[in-house]
Amino acid sequence: MKMHINMKTSLKYSAVLVLLVGLVSCQKTSSRNYQYMPNMYESVGYETYQESDAFGNGLEAQLPAEGSIPRGDFMPFEIENTNEGYAFAKANLKNPLDSLQVNYAEGKVLYEIYCGICHGNKGDGKGKLVQREKILGVPSYADVGRAITTGSIYHTLYYGKNTMGSYANQLNEQERWQVVAYVEKLKADLEK
Amino acid sequence: MKKSYQSLEDNPTNNMKQVIYCGLTSKIYSLCIVLLLTFSTTLIAQEGDPVNGKSLFNSNCAACHKLDKPMTGPALRNVEARLADEEGLDREWLSAWIRNSSSLIKAGDAYANKIYNEYNGVAMTAFPQLSDQDISDILAYTAAPAPAPVVVDGPKGEPVDQGGVSNNLILGALALLFALLAMALVLVRRTLNRFADAKGIDVVTENKRLPIWKAFAQNQFLVLVTSIFFLLASGYFVYGYLMQVGVDQGYEPVQPIHYSHRIHAGDNGIDCKYCHSSARVSKTSGIPSLNVCMNCHKSISEVAPETLAEGEEFGVNYDAEIQKLYDAVGWDGTAYTGEAQPVKWIRIHNLPDFAYFNHSQHVTVGGIECQTCHGPVEEMEIMYQHAPLTMGWCINCHRETNVKVKDNEYYTKIHEELSKKYGVEQLTAAQMGGLECGKCHY
Repeated sequence: MKMHINMKTSLKYSAVLVLLVGLVSCQKTSSRNYQYMPNMYESVGYETYQESDAFGNGLEAQLPAEGSIPRGDFMPFEIENTNEGYAFAKANLKNPLDSLQVNYAEGKVLYEIYCGICHGNKGDGKGKLVQREKILGVPSYADVGRAITTGSIYHTLYYGKNTMGSYANQLNEQERWQVVAYVEKLKADLEK
Repeated sequence: MKKSYQSLEDNPTNNMKQVIYCGLTSKIYSLCIVLLLTFSTTLIAQEGDPVNGKSLFNSNCAACHKLDKPMTGPALRNVEARLADEEGLDREWLSAWIRNSSSLIKAGDAYANKIYNEYNGVAMTAFPQLSDQDISDILAYTAAPAPAPVVVDGPKGEPVDQGGVSNNLILGALALLFALLAMALVLVRRTLNRFADAKGIDVVTENKRLPIWKAFAQNQFLVLVTSIFFLLASGYFVYGYLMQVGVDQGYEPVQPIHYSHRIHAGDNGIDCKYCHSSARVSKTSGIPSLNVCMNCHKSISEVAPETLAEGEEFGVNYDAEIQKLYDAVGWDGTAYTGEAQPVKWIRIHNLPDFAYFNHSQHVTVGGIECQTCHGPVEEMEIMYQHAPLTMGWCINCHRETNVKVKDNEYYTKIHEELSKKYGVEQLTAAQMGGLECGKCHY
């Protein structure tokens, strides 16, 4: 009789245990948790990346209309993304930042985020991605055949060249010129 | 023929001298050997050194050329042989093209102009620094036969499968064993009872004592204590449950394109801000647009074989995922088709709408590492939410973190005043006003 009781109680306990384990394991990490008042969490207005039927392609985020000009200190870059544009920039384009505005410390930080991964933090074309043979054919800034200048660096940074993409959306105009100045410094260091 | 002898002298492996000093009787044989050597060494001398060629190719040519696929410029596998067969152009033409292609084009060379126009008039960078030997090394590298495609062979996967099957088998066998044991116990018990019945032994040893639960129910103090205990315990658990509602710590959704932070930020060491560039300058860290992916993936269409093997461990084919990116951005391998499809990324970190958080304030001004809040992202194969992102968590960090005021003139005056007021050396974010409601809720 006693044994029967024991068996029954242990059965009950294990049932409770199974229930608890089941509850815990039901917490899925692939879906969001419950929220108390979702309307306080979720914006009434459109959010940047959300879906929306307001536009044809179903996106809320749209490219600015052609010819729009951002607020603030903005100068359009009028040299075209062509070989002639490149040659023109290489020969004529100069850095609008004067020697007091050029800040190598700022340029270095930006350079090491965006450029150093391929071009190497010294500009010798041996960044980590090149060493790991993920991206190949990155030239040193001191490459004679290319003979880069202020203008050609900016043009390449703005539009990209060959395999390199454009960095115009990651760096604003002032930051781009800081990076150009820093690249020129690296080039001078390499040529020493 | 003269050229051949020259190259023979250049080649350190020849044994021409030995041949010359051989006896007269074997003159004919030696002549044959000389001829044989001449031809073989000529071939080697022309071929150059493919190993050096590879490093030269990777540093000079690979920006625009792949061996088997056209990129900015044409594919270069067997370029010398192809040009000789199809266009009748020799090494001299190739060297002239490599050293200065634009002068060839200007001189009106037919094939030079044809290839220039075929590749959208993109002029090839001049390489005047490459010597004859360099060029022949590079050409030797391009002449090497294409490697056999790496077949992801079945046997690799099979042992794992077999392991799974055998594990299941073992488990099944164990379960069967336990079932048999249980059955045996029941049977033994029944037989013993039957024996006892047959012998007339009374097995029932009825205990006349009060059952334990009745004794418990009669003891009012014990009942009170236990019910208080249960109330407290259930209160604790209910509180815990209610507090985690709305907290998505550990949220790990399946994204439409399997993007591995482990490979990009960990193995390749790409800075977080390379892709999440707006974290430096704006409120949001932003989901990178696909053109940022294409900065690298224009030339990386396939992962290395060892990376592919790593992906199998996670059940992912990285090459297929890169293809998904190409489909979304509308890239056909050489150019954009203009048929782009937005990727429906699933947002992981989402603060409620009534809380204000600014990335640039923390990343650029505060100089806080991304990992402080987002956890070891560089180790995450699948991105998940590391921090609870609750108010208590924010406040706690503001209380513990000192403001970096060094070399920051903006803080000089206010820091002096406030540190005098609080009587501390180092101000925390909380003492600078980091606990004021209006800082985050307005």
